[in-house]
Amino acid sequence: MLKILKYSFYDLIRSRWSYVYLLFYLLLGFVLLFLNNDLSKAVITLMNVIIILVPLIGTIFGVMYYYNSKEFTELLLAQPIKRSSIFIGQYLGVALSLSMSLIIGLGLPFVFYGLFQSNTIWEFSLLLITGTFLTLIFTALAFNIALYNQNKIKGFSYAILLWLFLAVIYDGLFLMSLIIFESYPLDKFSIGATLFNPIDLSRILILLKLDISALMGYTGAVFQKFFGTNQGVVLAIVALLIWVFLPTYNIHRKSKKKDF
Amino acid sequence: MIKIENLHKRFGKNQVLKGVDLDISEGGIFAILGPNGSGKTTLIKCILGMVIPDKGEMLIESKSIRKSWKYRQQIDYLPQIANFPPNLTVSELIRMIKDLRNKPAEEELLIKSFQLEPFLDKKLSSLSGGTKQKVNLLLTLMFDSPLIILDEPTSGLDPIALLHLKELIQKEKTNGKTILVTSHIMSFVEEMADEIVFLLEGKVYFKGDISTLKEKTQKESFELAIANVLKENNA
Repeated sequence: MLKILKYSFYDLIRSRWSYVYLLFYLLLGFVLLFLNNDLSKAVITLMNVIIILVPLIGTIFGVMYYYNSKEFTELLLAQPIKRSSIFIGQYLGVALSLSMSLIIGLGLPFVFYGLFQSNTIWEFSLLLITGTFLTLIFTALAFNIALYNQNKIKGFSYAILLWLFLAVIYDGLFLMSLIIFESYPLDKFSIGATLFNPIDLSRILILLKLDISALMGYTGAVFQKFFGTNQGVVLAIVALLIWVFLPTYNIHRKSKKKDF
Repeated sequence: MIKIENLHKRFGKNQVLKGVDLDISEGGIFAILGPNGSGKTTLIKCILGMVIPDKGEMLIESKSIRKSWKYRQQIDYLPQIANFPPNLTVSELIRMIKDLRNKPAEEELLIKSFQLEPFLDKKLSSLSGGTKQKVNLLLTLMFDSPLIILDEPTSGLDPIALLHLKELIQKEKTNGKTILVTSHIMSFVEEMADEIVFLLEGKVYFKGDISTLKEKTQKESFELAIANVLKENNA
């Protein structure tokens, strides 16, 4: 598996898109820092970008990589390698190279700005950790979708729909249900609903740590009230870990049974 | 070498293999023939473990290959469509496959005979179809495995490369290897194959050497014999 991971990773960090992605973050980081002049505000703006963009890129890259390397995968399948190693290796190759673009692209401007002298270093690292989590989760979901769909166009559409659903529609539905059922106690429902969406989960995780109640919204407030800041952070991280584990396990399971 | 019993495979509503029984002895060139959609590639993919059969038993050197992957150490496989990671160069790809298989390989001679030296440092995405097929052949034939499976090896090759390919296959045969080939080019099959396996509608219709097939169909040439089989069965 490590060999497959190594080669997928090399293949990807040499592709043009990884550099575009890296450059985008570099640019974003520098622009934000020099326009804002305030590290913690920059972190919040970055959070809003990361929470929407990272899942999108993870989904698209994941689906694209799977379909583009299909014939090569077939070549690998004929080699004496365990099936699940091939797919898990490729998945990790994509996810890790994307995470690396994110970490380097955002890390460099902040280091230049003097991150190590400031107190926001923990908030900033948390931002990168959530970004990595989101990359891992959405790339895994994308691989799942691709494994179940032979048809490229269908796979792409489902992947985009999934992103749209979790990034935009989910929140809308959530808000609507809060309004419709406002006369009922909704604490438990909203916590449950948050746990089922990794994007919401990441947002709350960062906001809890930043401790900005004004931005937290209803779920954030409920989260904090229910669990307190520290317990809330731990719970959110555990939930994110489960979100990484389940799709990855399913890649492993499905890849064993699939025909090529 | 290979023993297949009552192999069934269905894709959705399409029953591709309907009980294939096949016994392939060690050594020699076996051509798998059949009209389009008769299950040639599916059969090969079953042997390679890329397609998981619904029913039936497959043994390679008397060992069942279900849920196992180590047996693929003994197989060199040439896929029908050669598509490689576009960002790698040819020599990197060769190194990578060698690394993945963890096996000694002799690529020097093959690089020379297919005249691939000028392409070694080129990216795979910049190669023409025929050159890609040469790389594909190189990756398959550089290892020393007892079983070689070639799916349409002739596609896209120029006459010189085709000549080299034939020589190479003959050489592997004299080394006592078992070679499975599919091809639509009848002259190639007639020239190379010791035995043919004719698949029709998901079953083995005929297995034997070419002269037996000619006798059976009472035709002069191999091509006509095949055409006759197809006509009689409305395929």
